[in-house]
Amino acid sequence: MMWAVFIVAAVAAIVSALGVVMARNPVHSALMLVGTLFSVAVLFVLQEAHFLAAVQVIVYAGAVVVLFLFVIMLLGVDREELLEDPLPGQRGIAVGAGVLAVFGLTILISGTVATGQLSARGPAIAGEEGNVERIAESLFTDFLWPFEITSVLLVIAVVGGIVLVRDSGRRPDDDEGEDTGSTAVEETNS
Amino acid sequence: MTIDPEYYLAVGAVLFTVGATGVLVRRNALVMFMCVELMLNAVNLTFVTFARMLDDIGGQVFVFFVLVVAAAEVVVGLAIIVAIFRRRQGATADDLNLLKG
Repeated sequence: MMWAVFIVAAVAAIVSALGVVMARNPVHSALMLVGTLFSVAVLFVLQEAHFLAAVQVIVYAGAVVVLFLFVIMLLGVDREELLEDPLPGQRGIAVGAGVLAVFGLTILISGTVATGQLSARGPAIAGEEGNVERIAESLFTDFLWPFEITSVLLVIAVVGGIVLVRDSGRRPDDDEGEDTGSTAVEETNS
Repeated sequence: MTIDPEYYLAVGAVLFTVGATGVLVRRNALVMFMCVELMLNAVNLTFVTFARMLDDIGGQVFVFFVLVVAAAEVVVGLAIIVAIFRRRQGATADDLNLLKG
């Protein structure tokens, strides 16, 4: 039963990932990315990481991909992508290197034996308490300092996003319809 | 019956290389960004697998932080893309050559 779920989720993840790379339309790539994210969330649930599966669906599939779609719609969908390579044979070499990397990585991991001293963070496999309690216990005691820093990081990201996107340097006494940014470019060119 | 963790690692490896190949092959900046997110997901899967293999919750907590940092990175990266390509029609990586010597 678990094998059936694993095979379906793994195949869906890989096929969706190939769809992200090969789709012509960026909106199709975004939808394929949603498929990959859901399949990876199913793989998380199979490994009893329930909290991470829920957070993955909410944050990644629910917010990040929506953000991608907003920007795709804002910038306009480009259907044509140049087929010539700036370096000759770049795409062929990239695909060849990718296939080699898949083989290399799978050979590497098939011989992996994960040993080592069990860390003091606590067991992952939930005993009596659930997965959420285990993560909460670790997150708010051992990892409290990184947790607070990531909250600062989120504030920085929000402020940075707003600063980057707003119209900077637009003064009210400019000529109508003239963009201050392009004026600066013309001045440096002359 | 649990599934051997090597299979999860294999899925993670394939996802990672598909994402890396996508970054190399595609020109559209947004699709390149999506392939970077693919790679991050593959790394998350590997972390969770190792958390299970080593019976260590730290792997799953680290995935939590990777998710937060990836979300922040998407915000800033898309803001940069919007700021650069606001005036252009196309969004390809080949057009970003203003710093070229």
